Amino acid sequence: MTDAKKKELQRIACKVRLGIIEGVYHAKSGHPGGSLSIADLLTYLYFAKMRIEPQNPKWEDRDRLVLSKGHCAPGLYSVLAQRGYFPEKELQSLRHIGAMLQGHPDMKHIPGVDMSSGSLGQGISAACGMALSGKLSHKDYRVYAILGDGEIEEGQVWEAAMFAGNKGLDNLVAIVDSNGLQIDGTVAEVNSPEPIPDKFAAFGFAVLTLDGHSFDEIERAFDEAEKISGKPVAIVMKTVKGKGVSFMENQVSWHGAAPNKEQYEQAVAELNAALAEIEGGR
Amino acid sequence: MADMIKKATRESYGEALVELAEQYPDFVVLDADLAAATKTGLFKKAYPERFFDCGIAEANMMGIAAGIATTGRRVFASSFAMFAAGRAFEIVRNSIGYPHLHVIIGATHAGISVGEDGATHQCCEDIALMRVIPGMTVINPADDVEAKAAVKAALELDGPVYLRFGRLACPVFNDKSTYRFETGKGITLADGGDLTIIATGLMVYEALKAAEMLKKDGICARVINIHTIKPLDTQLILKAAYETGLIVTAEEHSIIGGLGSAVSEAVCEDYPVPVVKIGVNDVFGHSGPAADLLKEFGLSADNIYTRAKAAFAKKK
Ligand SMILES: Cc1ncc(C[n+]2csc(CCOP(=O)(O)OP(=O)(O)O)c2C)c(N)n1
Repeated sequence: MTDAKKKELQRIACKVRLGIIEGVYHAKSGHPGGSLSIADLLTYLYFAKMRIEPQNPKWEDRDRLVLSKGHCAPGLYSVLAQRGYFPEKELQSLRHIGAMLQGHPDMKHIPGVDMSSGSLGQGISAACGMALSGKLSHKDYRVYAILGDGEIEEGQVWEAAMFAGNKGLDNLVAIVDSNGLQIDGTVAEVNSPEPIPDKFAAFGFAVLTLDGHSFDEIERAFDEAEKISGKPVAIVMKTVKGKGVSFMENQVSWHGAAPNKEQYEQAVAELNAALAEIEGGR
Repeated sequence: MADMIKKATRESYGEALVELAEQYPDFVVLDADLAAATKTGLFKKAYPERFFDCGIAEANMMGIAAGIATTGRRVFASSFAMFAAGRAFEIVRNSIGYPHLHVIIGATHAGISVGEDGATHQCCEDIALMRVIPGMTVINPADDVEAKAAVKAALELDGPVYLRFGRLACPVFNDKSTYRFETGKGITLADGGDLTIIATGLMVYEALKAAEMLKKDGICARVINIHTIKPLDTQLILKAAYETGLIVTAEEHSIIGGLGSAVSEAVCEDYPVPVVKIGVNDVFGHSGPAADLLKEFGLSADNIYTRAKAAFAKKK
């Protein structure tokens, strides 16, 4: 990846993170931790990888993204706003009564949301269905599903994995956000799904592992994923929950909590400083 | 009614587990990565060796609970109502209901008052789902006092029990010193001959307020708290139908399949009277503050009052 492209993605990712903080702060609830950990991934997919037309969100040949870990809606909404699916100021009414932006992704009302989700473990199945249907109609769109490392404790995830492997859905990429935390503690304490790469490999996936905060590594993996044929791809990315906001990083308590005014201001200040540094060095 | 202490019944659930732990040393508690929210976390802290986190795997958790129950050990299995009754329904039906195992399902975050999480988490179908399972006891406590009593009662019951708790802090209107819980027995909270309001869960307090409003208009409403939706106190309900000729039901649940349906089924057979059902009207919820949502969906004293008054006018 060129330096210029990387800087641009880093700049956008900062704005996506700011949108996440903006959303959960005004909602007084929501899930910042797991949204921040996928901010770089979402930025890459929506700005550098996916074949999409924000002005035509239901375009039938578009690539699809299913946020299987639907509680990270603030991350998805923020990147969709950055990409122009709807105005950024919608983020401030996240979770408000009568607002478009529901607590969990709602495909009926939100442009750019390809599948409703929120009950963990279900999105990956829908992604398999989209991939299968694409094959049946000889379309070349690709389907990306983002899962949590806690979420994959759901048996349904492995039923879907078995299906994807068995049907050879090479137009499907399942991404596991391996931030190591869920609600009741670390995934290791609660009910560890490790070793995650081995499990997906055993279900017939080509598996790639990477640092989910390195755009170089992200690009390399997604480019490679495109070349794999005959089997679905699992990308297991190591991330930091709460990434980008110092006091949220690696803290289980920031899974589903909103910052107060002081914390909000600190988070915004940190992200703005990061943004200024990126823009200064351009 | 003066300002009362408010408490969420999920809080009562967690506290009751701790309070009952020594008296019932055999029971264990399962959760599915929601201990902080269901409040089984209180028990986990006090009795870590009797708490098992099953991870985000509700269906499996119910199967594990079933297995534990076959050995004669009492077991609580907890998650949000959506996942306990919804996600795991068929396992609850076949592995817990069919063998009639004594598993106590502690389901929290029931109903629309889940609030900001929105439709995917607002379970307004659980009473219906659990009620159709043969042999399942379904209890929906109205406040802290009743919730704690229900947890204790559940430990003494046979077969599967579904306990329904809420996220929202609600007025504690029952008096702990005089309150008595009897599974399957409704509680008449106010007497009246003009109509009967039958309510469950957080709607009971709203029903009491509505009865006071009706009184000002000269309408005397009976108020019955049905904490046990199954087995239903059919006798008490039929008596109310016979003596007042009009029933208004109120529940934080779909009007399809819940308390309103259960009451209708009961009166239809033996003494049909009009039943006005107040609940969620066959729609999904959405995000918003719990209090605003309750108002919007008509789960309020005001709406009970309006609907009851209109129905009473038609009766005359
Ligand atoms: C079926 C289901 N069970 C429980 C929940 C409640 N819940 C929401 S987020 C979460 C933890 C998710 O952890 P993980 O997948 O690791 O997400 P991340 O850490 O990336 O936010 C749980 C248990 C849910 N949404 N769906």
